[in-house]
Amino acid sequence: MLTGIYAILFYVATILLVVGLAYRIRLYWNTPAPLKIPTTPAPITEAGVAFRLAREVVLFESLFKANKWIWVFGWLFHFGLLVVLIRHLRYFINPVPDLLAMMQPYGVYAAFAMVAGLIGLWARRFLVPRVRYISSPSDHLMLALLVGIGLSGLAMKFIAHTDIVAVKAFFIGLMTFNWQPLPADPVLLIHLTLVAVLMMIFPYSKLLHGVGLFFSPTRNQADNPRERRHLAPWAAKLETGGRSK
Amino acid sequence: MAEVSDYIMEEGEYPDPLERPELTPGAMEGLKSLRAKPEHQKALGFPGELVDNWEEVAVNKMGELLGKYRSLQVYLDSCVKCGACTDKCHYYLGTGDPKNMPVARQDLLRSVYRRYFTFSGKYFPKLVGARDMNKEVLDEWYSYFHQCSQCRRCSVFCPYGIDTAEVSMAAREIMDSVGVGQKYCNEIIGKVYKLGNNLGLPKKAIESTLEGLEEELEEETGLKIRMPVDEPGAEILLITPSADLFAEPHIQGLMGYAKVFHEAGVSWTLSSYASEAANFGMFIGSYENMREVSLRIRKAAEDLGVKRIVFGECGHAWRVGYSFLNTLAGPFDFLDPRYPVPQHICEFTYAMMQEGRLRFDKSKNDEYRLTYHDSCNVARGARMGDIPGGQFEIPRAILRASCNHFFDMAEDTIKESTFCCGGGGGILTDDLMDIRVKGASPRMKALQQVHEEHGVTHMAAICAICKAQFAKVMPKFGFDMEAILSVHQMVANAIVMTGSIQEKELEEKAKGAVAEESAAEGQAA
Repeated sequence: MLTGIYAILFYVATILLVVGLAYRIRLYWNTPAPLKIPTTPAPITEAGVAFRLAREVVLFESLFKANKWIWVFGWLFHFGLLVVLIRHLRYFINPVPDLLAMMQPYGVYAAFAMVAGLIGLWARRFLVPRVRYISSPSDHLMLALLVGIGLSGLAMKFIAHTDIVAVKAFFIGLMTFNWQPLPADPVLLIHLTLVAVLMMIFPYSKLLHGVGLFFSPTRNQADNPRERRHLAPWAAKLETGGRSK
Repeated sequence: MAEVSDYIMEEGEYPDPLERPELTPGAMEGLKSLRAKPEHQKALGFPGELVDNWEEVAVNKMGELLGKYRSLQVYLDSCVKCGACTDKCHYYLGTGDPKNMPVARQDLLRSVYRRYFTFSGKYFPKLVGARDMNKEVLDEWYSYFHQCSQCRRCSVFCPYGIDTAEVSMAAREIMDSVGVGQKYCNEIIGKVYKLGNNLGLPKKAIESTLEGLEEELEEETGLKIRMPVDEPGAEILLITPSADLFAEPHIQGLMGYAKVFHEAGVSWTLSSYASEAANFGMFIGSYENMREVSLRIRKAAEDLGVKRIVFGECGHAWRVGYSFLNTLAGPFDFLDPRYPVPQHICEFTYAMMQEGRLRFDKSKNDEYRLTYHDSCNVARGARMGDIPGGQFEIPRAILRASCNHFFDMAEDTIKESTFCCGGGGGILTDDLMDIRVKGASPRMKALQQVHEEHGVTHMAAICAICKAQFAKVMPKFGFDMEAILSVHQMVANAIVMTGSIQEKELEEKAKGAVAEESAAEGQAA
């Protein structure tokens, strides 16, 4: 019964995540950017644009310019999360590659970094009047969700161990459509439920910023409007006397 | 409005341009720009008055724009409310009104987007802060989207590059489409359609102004420096803001361009049909109107048979010229391919300097202790020269070549972090004077800093709006209204033209110096 519910939950979550993201990416891809609007100074070449985007993704360059506190907390959270996610690959891969096995302890440090970053960001929503003003209930809930995931995960490591071998069997079973029983530990069930919720809301919430950055015209356009004419299909129609709509 | 004395610093006081004000909700809610009259609206293809089913029309228009502008779609989805932009807008810094924080300004529109275009907003509006499109929302849009100068400072600092200018342009386009336009912008665009320029100057007025300027130039230099209009076969078409034809200090800049062209030995002309560089179509977010204004430049270039197009000193015009003109009115394959289309007058002057063809007598500008204000649209929406950041270096190189005392303002208030003058993006109207003064305060504080530290007395700019705005608001901050200068005014003052009175004077002076020196040497011997 429990196994069945969670199996279905994760199938649904995966479908919503993949389909939702695919739909959003297609929408962004197909929506034209009719004008050249890179925030200048901007790179002149495509290679330069790739480097600019890489700096934004890896270093949060613009955020660093903006506010060092948000940058520190945001970076701790995101890179903590990245390492934690990589660490979790061991529950989906058999046998576990050496490199992945080696980094397991670092994944635990990363989990602390992640939670610390989240708490820092959340504190700002209470302590900084400007940020308090712009925060809506969903902004708080999103942080609660992520903190819940981090803390429940840490609890399983340090307080209430779960039968991790069985959990791994459950997930590999999900992937091979050969269901295995899921341990009925409350902390584990909380952790998994929150993760499934996160997966489901990802494509329908502000979490889309992860995708949005790559489609942001102020960041992904090369600064070469005089050299190359840039024309959107709907704008081209104006030139033949047609209406744009 | 704040008292004049609020802004004047005591001697020895060091104001902080980035100081964050206390949040004062609703502080600027009541400030509303004058509404466009039906005739202003209709001239641009918009309904004259608020249409009956305007809520529906507005939501449909938003849907249309979402399909036409990736920027809008991505930016409405991506904001995480991190707060990075909250203290970056000069209007927020100057007013403390939280709805002048970029994220909150965007949210005025994003909340409506959520309600009609997202799952969470349709079913859980309270949770995500989604709102119905109603009169209250429209009123708020009208106030606060006309308190954004579209300067893009926030977009520099946003981790996803969200540009509030894109959102405020969309909001203005939606408001225009339901019949709620702003008088200042829409009336001006109508004047361009009718007479070719923002000021509504007819050709006769342009001609007589230019004749007067030619006489002035001849008196000053002893040279016949021409300032032609509608001259077929000229090599260069100069597209300059019409303010250059009558306002101070703009007109001194125009005389500077004429001197540089004369010294370069190139023929040039203005066009009465395209006697305007400014393109307020951008401010109202209307691609169609922006294109319509741009096509006038193309037509003028074709009709006059010129080989090059050069833009005068105007900030947003340079963004439209540099970034959009090729898109809106290109391709310009009928022009000389050796030059970029268009070129900025600063690029032209700088190239002449690089070739060693301009001579300056810097001492002519010794009365000025100068700083430079990077205009927002040039700084963050365009470029000059071949390398990124040329828009910062080229005007500074010109100023350094033409004056002895140049000092930059604080690093976090110039170049890509420059503050808007407070009058850009369709705000330069008397009915918005309150926000103009408050929005200028970060820039003015940075100026007060260099005044304290280096005795800076004057500030140069390359934007017609900046110049008009500063001339008006500077007195409120303890500066003379003539403390704002054109970059090419400094060029005009210092340039030593071949065969001019100034050249002869300089030669006399040199001879005198040599004579004195030899006399001194004689004495020593």
